[in-house]
Order: sequence, then structure tokens, then C-alpha cells
Amino acid sequence: MAVAHAQVAELNHESPTARAWRRLLRRKSAVFGLAVITLLVLIAVLAPLIAPFDPTQQSWTAIRKPPSLQHWFGTDESGRDLFSRVIFGARASLLAGVVSISIALGLGVPIGLLAGYGGRWMDAVIGRITDAMLAIPFLILAIALAAFLGPSLQNAMIAIGLTATPIFVRLTRGQVMAVKVEDYVEAARAVGNPARRIAIKHILPNILPALIVQATISIATAIIAEASLSFLGLGQQPPAPSWGSMLNTAQRFLTNAPWMAVWPGLAIFLAVLSFNILGDGLRDALDPKER
Amino acid sequence: MLVFLAKRLLQLIPTLFIVSVIIFGLQQLLPGDPALAMAGEERDPQVLEQIRRQYRLDQPFYIQYLYWVGGVLSGNLGESMRLKEPVLTLIAQKFPVTLQLALMAIVISLTIGITAGIMSAVKRDTPIDYAVNLVALWGISTPNFWLGIMLIFLFAVHLGWLPASGYVSPFQDFWLSMQTTILPAFVLGNSFAAVLMRHTRSAMLQAMSSDYVRTARAKGLAERVVVLKHAMRNALTPIVTLGALELGTLLSGAVLTEQVFSIPGFGKLIVDSVFNRDYAVVQGVTLITATTYILLNLLADIAYVLINPRLRS
Amino acid sequence: MKRLAIAAAAAGLLIGCSSAFAQTTLRVGLAEDPDVLDPTLARTYVGRIVFASLCDKLFDIDENVNIVPQLALSHETTEDGKTVTIKLRPGVKFHDGEAMDAAAVKASLERHMTMQGSFRKPELAAVDKVEVADPLTVRLLLKSPFSPLIAQLTDRAGMVMSAKAAAEAGDKFGLKPVCAGPFKFVERVQQDRIVLEKFPDYWNAANIHVDRIVFRPIVESTVRLANLKSGSLEMIERALATDLPEIKADAKLRLATVPELGYQGITVNIGKSDVGKAAFGKDPRIIQAFNLSLDREAITKVAFNGEFLPGNQWVSPKNPYYQSKFPVPKRDIAKAKELLKAAGVSTPLSIDLMVPNNPETRQVAEIVQAMAGEAGFDIKIRVTEFATSLKEAEEGRYQAYMLAWSGRVDPDGNAYIFHKTKAPQNYGGYSDPDVDRWLDEARVQGPLADRKAIYEKITDKLLSEGSIVYLYHRLMIIAHTAKLDGYKQMPDGLIRLTGAKLKP
Repeated sequence: MAVAHAQVAELNHESPTARAWRRLLRRKSAVFGLAVITLLVLIAVLAPLIAPFDPTQQSWTAIRKPPSLQHWFGTDESGRDLFSRVIFGARASLLAGVVSISIALGLGVPIGLLAGYGGRWMDAVIGRITDAMLAIPFLILAIALAAFLGPSLQNAMIAIGLTATPIFVRLTRGQVMAVKVEDYVEAARAVGNPARRIAIKHILPNILPALIVQATISIATAIIAEASLSFLGLGQQPPAPSWGSMLNTAQRFLTNAPWMAVWPGLAIFLAVLSFNILGDGLRDALDPKER
Repeated sequence: MLVFLAKRLLQLIPTLFIVSVIIFGLQQLLPGDPALAMAGEERDPQVLEQIRRQYRLDQPFYIQYLYWVGGVLSGNLGESMRLKEPVLTLIAQKFPVTLQLALMAIVISLTIGITAGIMSAVKRDTPIDYAVNLVALWGISTPNFWLGIMLIFLFAVHLGWLPASGYVSPFQDFWLSMQTTILPAFVLGNSFAAVLMRHTRSAMLQAMSSDYVRTARAKGLAERVVVLKHAMRNALTPIVTLGALELGTLLSGAVLTEQVFSIPGFGKLIVDSVFNRDYAVVQGVTLITATTYILLNLLADIAYVLINPRLRS
Repeated sequence: MKRLAIAAAAAGLLIGCSSAFAQTTLRVGLAEDPDVLDPTLARTYVGRIVFASLCDKLFDIDENVNIVPQLALSHETTEDGKTVTIKLRPGVKFHDGEAMDAAAVKASLERHMTMQGSFRKPELAAVDKVEVADPLTVRLLLKSPFSPLIAQLTDRAGMVMSAKAAAEAGDKFGLKPVCAGPFKFVERVQQDRIVLEKFPDYWNAANIHVDRIVFRPIVESTVRLANLKSGSLEMIERALATDLPEIKADAKLRLATVPELGYQGITVNIGKSDVGKAAFGKDPRIIQAFNLSLDREAITKVAFNGEFLPGNQWVSPKNPYYQSKFPVPKRDIAKAKELLKAAGVSTPLSIDLMVPNNPETRQVAEIVQAMAGEAGFDIKIRVTEFATSLKEAEEGRYQAYMLAWSGRVDPDGNAYIFHKTKAPQNYGGYSDPDVDRWLDEARVQGPLADRKAIYEKITDKLLSEGSIVYLYHRLMIIAHTAKLDGYKQMPDGLIRLTGAKLKP
């Protein structure tokens, strides 16, 4: 039987957060993932300082040049430096990942709490709507939403966030159902706490680990989703760089400038990989069965 | 059991209703006029008016929705504005194509995933384990359209071993069909392979350290026999569920893969139809997809309950 | 010994027969999937490529855009321009065996003019009645003189369909089209292939040497080219300009290129809505400044390897109607800045540029943004799906719009519907009574010289205050295997296989 984390940690005189950190840092791969993500965030934030060229600066004499000392990654079809564009592209991708999942959390968790703790009728209605949204293939829903809202990075983030919401609704609801029957929750109810207070003060902290793990892994999916939408022309608008739209352009030049396709793809891969690894590490670190 | 089944089937109806409302609503909200989109370059206002009247585009949306529902209930999913063919015909043509890709992808995933998972569990904490783990993570982390582009470049453009695009039905020419579908199926399946690999590995590890296996080992049975028999059975059970759920993800992945490889399947049909505002096709295809997904989920749940009697209460 | 000789002879005969019966199939890669294969209801460019082999028309064009006979032998217009007599070719059969006569032509034309949903109505709007003068002569009575009429009959409006099949199938004709072209319809699988097969009773069958055509839509141009190079296709249309060096370097491939009949340009909102009147519509000097800030040569060099043709009018510089009095302007930033200042505009002037979602168009938009930026235009690119962009343009919700036009044989087809007041594709909202009058006059006039003189006046006006900034003209790039002999490319970019032979 699972016991509330807060109580166990108190017994060990160690805050649950510290415990989680300790276990997380024990895994080499998770450390690697965290390190890469930190690096990417730094790159994105410090982009104007790191990038050697202006990512939108066209140069009509340096079109589609292969990697060289001057242009480490080569240039694209309008003569822009690919290295700088990949660096600035990090902003779009990371922002898209974090913001969209924040939206999904912000909407999904309250709705999930409502479904789990708000009564059978509420649960049934929310359940059917969630089922319906999950039954529609993720990308198709995202495409339709993005097309409706209009092509822009902002709208792509909203579209992805909305499409990912049902996952968090379902996860939250499931966790609430599991935790609802625990002693401490029953106790709180017996004492006369209102449902909302119980949900926020007692249930939420205990389902947080599962949410964090899912959020991390979902950020990875969101980054790929943003790249996919940009690939189809529905995300970040030119001339601002985005790894996905760079891949879209690179397709035309696969035979005469293959380097255009390699770097943005590698960047996406690296970002997604590190979030996945971190998610794995978090899952192991926050697993109540481990000590 | 029957009560469970009946309850779930009943839930199907409101869910599908909501699916249809969501998709219908979204389409109505999509900016752009389907008559204009259909007209291409020949945009004469008189003709456009005619088209709008013919497809009831000038009616309020709930009337259009009611007509559509009525059609569905009588087995008519409408007609594609762009191609003038019944939606059902289009679906009948394209569904087998995507299905073929999906099935091949699942076969590839199962083969690679389970083998790698077993290897990695048996050789735990060795370089092989790390390598396999890395490859698995690579599988989940690579955007599949990028992988597709890279593979086309390598195998079709550079090496010339496989055709760069297109699709041939296996009933027409089996060998050529395999050649045209192997790359996209691999691209489609590689993330599921990774998921399977990780799952198999953890299930095997769990089984290998379980009491049952320790007892069997103590009794002196050959390690391999013990491991394979018990651990595999333990690991394989949830794969059924995973597989059913995966079909939904596969369809999402198919959208981009079919675009990159120019395969005339479901995914490509739906993307083209959204971009061309071909309402009837999008609605019909989404409805069929959603229904398939929900039914498969139901089957998976039933299978899971059947295999694991403890859950029946 | 004798038996061996007989066996050898038999084998030789068999091989000879089989090679004689070996079918030559031409596999063609298209850039999109055609829409419905019904000449009355079709509206895509790529559909016309299939029609070129499937449905013959009354007239056709040659390399110099002259009108030549196809299903019709000659045409004669009366002095007042209101009656056109067309003499038909005898002995023509439809794919279903029916004979083509004046009654069938009349039925086709009337179908184009009256069928519900027909996109040919505006093209034949000038025709009042169609009469059968005798089994091989058709007479068209016009409501008013219309010189572009014969040019209309070189496209879908002039395609003749089997009256019997059309009557039976109604609007489902496109699922199994029956026409009078060199190839007949075999089958179609949407988004996968369209298969046509040689029609043995074609009136010009002697010059058709290909037995089967398989059209395959492949949207990605890289993939299309890869298929051509690997031998999975024998021919592709609309290869990219940036792929030309690679195609030229491949000894197994040949190019067939021709400058397009249309143009690529930027439509500017000067009067369609308030949002336009606030920017470009305020003063014609703003458009002139915009024009001068662009270096068309550089655009074609950067985006298209220099292979496309810079342009500034609605016909390409190679077209007989091009006014050489108004050559393509050179970039002049200083003058552009001056004009903006004179117009009282405070820079940077923010402009909303709507760009259809297409990689080449996007690249040109980015280049335009950079160039115009130096003159003081702050261009904001808004990539929009094509379907949405049309609606936005109709409602005037844009300031500049990158819109191309595939072009028509007659220059009227490139100008009238864009510049006449309230014409269906006049998205810029341009209106000038003189231009309106001249456009109508040019339709009535016959000889080229007369019409060109009228168009000169229009060009002069449009270049200084018109609503379309013309940028360049594409090269229609068709690439095919070197085994295809005798292929000739016509200026409309369509694929005609008359005289072409596929070597084994």
C-alpha cells in the first residue's frame, strides 16, 4: 500500500523535494538529460550573444554554401547562416514545448480534479469529452486547430496545448481515483473539509510526481508536434527560424544542399532526447516504491 | 462481463457524437470558403453561388450537421467536393494502404522491440544494454518526418536501392509493394519499437528477479528456458493493450510519413482535405478513425480483463 | 538439324512478335493530384495536363502561341464580330465509338455553358446561341464581339465530349470520361494514378507512338526528381529551377523548358478595403516606390538560379504582346525613398504581406521583405493557407498578396478579370473608367497590332498606379528520360505526346 510521501519524508527528516533530487542525481543518464536541457535553455536565452550572424540576414552571394570555417553549419537557400538559425530556432522549439504543456497542465489538472472529485455526473460528461478528444488522432486535431487559429507560433502552442489537455485530464482523474480512498483523505473529509480544500491541499501534492513525469515526457512530444506543424507550414512564420520550418525548406534541396536538413533535425533530436531521458529519470526518482 | 461490455458499448454513442460535433465545429470555424478553395483559379461568383447551394454551404451550421448525421445513419458519408467521389469510396481505397503500413510497422516494431528488449534485459548493465537503450531512445526522439527524409536521401537518392516514393499494392506486385513500403513502415514503427523495447526490458527484469523464477532456477531448470517461458509470458500480456493503443499514434504518425513518401493513404487524404476545406472527407475520415480507435481500445480492455481475471471484479 | 532450325525460327518469331507487342508505357510525375476529370467542372492546371492526352479540343496552340486546328479545321468571324463559323474535322471518333459531328459539339458547348457548377460559364459568357449549320459546321452567335473567344476554345471550353456518355453520366462524367483525344481513360485511383491507353481510332493515330500513360501525383519535387533519376518515371513536370544544374548534368535526362504564359506578382490592395486605402491606396507614389525598391534580377538569381525571367507586365518579355516601351525597371533605392517622402509617408511603413503556404513563394517573400526594407517598407510576412488567403483577399483583409496566375493564351485572359472595375479577381480594388473602356475595346478588336496599341495605353496607366506589381515569369520545366525522342514543349506547359517515341 502506498503511503503519503509527505509523511514518509517527515519520518526521515528529509523534505520530499530533496529526496527526489538525490535520487535523480544518482542516475547518470538523468543528469545528462538535465545538463543538455540546461544547455539548450541557456543557448536559447543567450542566443543574440552566441550567434555569430543575424539569423534573418540574407546574403545573396553565399547561397547554399556547405559548412566552412566562416559558416560552421553552412548557409541556407537565401544565404543565411545555419548555425545562427539553429541557435535562434531553439527559442521557438523550447518555448513551444514548455508553454503548450503549461496550457495543458493549467487546463487538464483542474478538469481532472473535477472529474475525480466532483461527482459521477461530472465524471461521466468529462469522461466522454476526453474520450472523444483522445479518439481523434493527435496531429489531425492539432492541424485543424492550428489552421483554424491561423499560422503562427503562438497559435501552434495553443493548438498543441489544447490537444494535449485530455492526457492530463485522464492522468489527474486516475490519480485522484487512486488517492481518494486513502486514509488521510478520508480523515480530512470526516473532519469536514470542503471538497475543494481537500482536492487542492491534500490530493494535489500527492499526485504531483506523476504529473511532473508526464509533463516532462509531454514536452518532448510537444517539441516534435511544433516541428511537425511548422513542417506543414502552420507554425513559426518566416523569416523567424524554427527547426520544423527549416526542415520543410530543406526538403527541396536534399540533393544539392543536404546539410540544410541535418542540423535542425539533430537539434530536435537532442532536445527531445534529453527531455525523454529526464522524464525517465524523474519517473524512477519519484517512484514511491523505491527508497 | 456482459454488463461491462454493454456499458462500454453504450458509452460509445455519446463519445462518437461528441467527436463528430468537435470535428464539425472545427471545420465550420476554419477560415476560408470551401467553394473558393474548390474553385481554384476559376472564381466566377455565379458559379460559386451554385456550388454553395449544391453543398448546402449557405445553410446555418446546425442544418448542415443534421443533414450529415442523417446521411451517416443511412450509410452515406457524403461526397468529396474536390474529387466528386463518395467519401466511403475514398476511404475504401485508402484505408487498406495505411493499414498495410501500420501492420508492417507493428511487425517491424515487434521484431526489433522484443528482441532488443530481451537482449538488453539478459545482458543487463553491459555495453549491449546501454547501446540498445540508446537506440531505443533515439527511436522515440527522432521526428519521423526528418527520419523519413534522411532515409529517402540515403536509400533512394544516394544508394538507389529503394524507390523514393509512391505505393504499389501487394496484390499487384508483392515484391515491389514491399520495396515501396519498407522505408515508411520503418519510420512509422521506430517509436513503437522503442516503447516495446523498454517495456519488454522492464517486464523481463521484473520477471527474472521474481520468486517464481528463483525457485525454478533453484530447482535446476535451464536458465534460458525459465527466463523465456515465464518472463516472456509476463511481458507479452500488456503488449496487446499497448498495441491497440498504438494504432492511434500510428495514424498520427502516418499523416506526416505519407506526406514525405507520397503514399496515397488515410493520413495524406485527411491533410489534403483539411487544406482544401473538403468538409465531408474530413468528417467522414475522422469519424471512421475515431470509431476504430475506440473499438480497438474496447477490445484491448476486454482482452486485458480476460487475461487477468483478478481485474474482473 | 532441321528441327533445330525450325525451333530457332519459331523462337525468333516469338521474340519478334513479343517485342512488336511490347507495350510502351510513359510514366509521368505530376506536381499535384488533378481534380475531377470533367472538362466542364475542372479547375486545376494539373488537370489540363491529363486532358491534353485525354480530350482533344476544337483548336490548339503551337510553339509560337498561334492558334492551330485540332478537332476543328477553320474558323471565320463575320465583320461585325458577332457570328463565328467553325468547320469541323471529318472522321473523328469518340472513345466510345460514336462519331463526332456538329450536334455533338453543340451539346458539349451547351453543357459548358449551362450545366450546374460549370466553371466554363464565364469563359463562354459572350456566346448567346450555338447552331448546327450542317453536320460538320457549327455556328456561334455572340451577344457582343469577343476576340478572345477562339483562344478560349483552345482550352477546356473547347473540349468536345461524347454526347452520349455525357448525357448518361451527368455530373459523374468525370469518373469515366469519354472524349476524342489520343488516349482513352482506363482507370483512376485518387492520389495514386491515372491510367490512359492509346485510342486506335484517333484521327491522328499514326503520330502517336506511346501505348500507355500512367500519371502519378508526387507532391514533393525532390521525390519526383528522385523517381525520374532512378527510372521509376519517364517524365516529370514542374521540376524546380534549383534542380536544373543536376538535371543538366545527368546524361540520361533531357530538359524541355518554355517560359510560362502567366506571371508571378504581388497584388496590392489599393481600393478593396479601408486597410488597403490606408497604406498603398493613399498615393500611387507608394506603389511606385515599392516597385523601385525591388531588384527583379536578383530575386530570380537568388531563388531560381537565374533561370526564371524577370518581368514587369502581365505577359512575359517573350510574348508578342509585351510592350518594349516599358522595360523591367532597375532597382533604385534613392528614388524609392524620395517618392515615399514626396508622398508624405513616414517610414518605416508597415505592410501586411499575405503569402500562400508554398516554399518557393515564401522564399521570394522573404527576399522582397529584405529588399523593400531598405527603402523604408516594414513588411510583415503572414503565411496563410491558400484556401484562407483567397477568402481574405476577397474580403480585402490584406495589404499585399503574393498571387500568381497560370496564364491564358490570349492576353485578355491575363488582364481583364484583374483590372476591370469590380471584376471577379480584381482583388486590388483597382478602378479606372479609361482602363475599363480600353479593356472592353481590346476585346472587340481583331488584329494584333490594333489590340497591342490599346494595351499600350493600359500598360502605361497600370505601371504607375495599378494594383499588381509583376515580378517574374517562371520557366515551365519538364524533364524526361533521354529515351523519349521527338518531344516538343508548348508554351502552356502541358504535355502533348504527338510525335514522341519511347525507345526501349
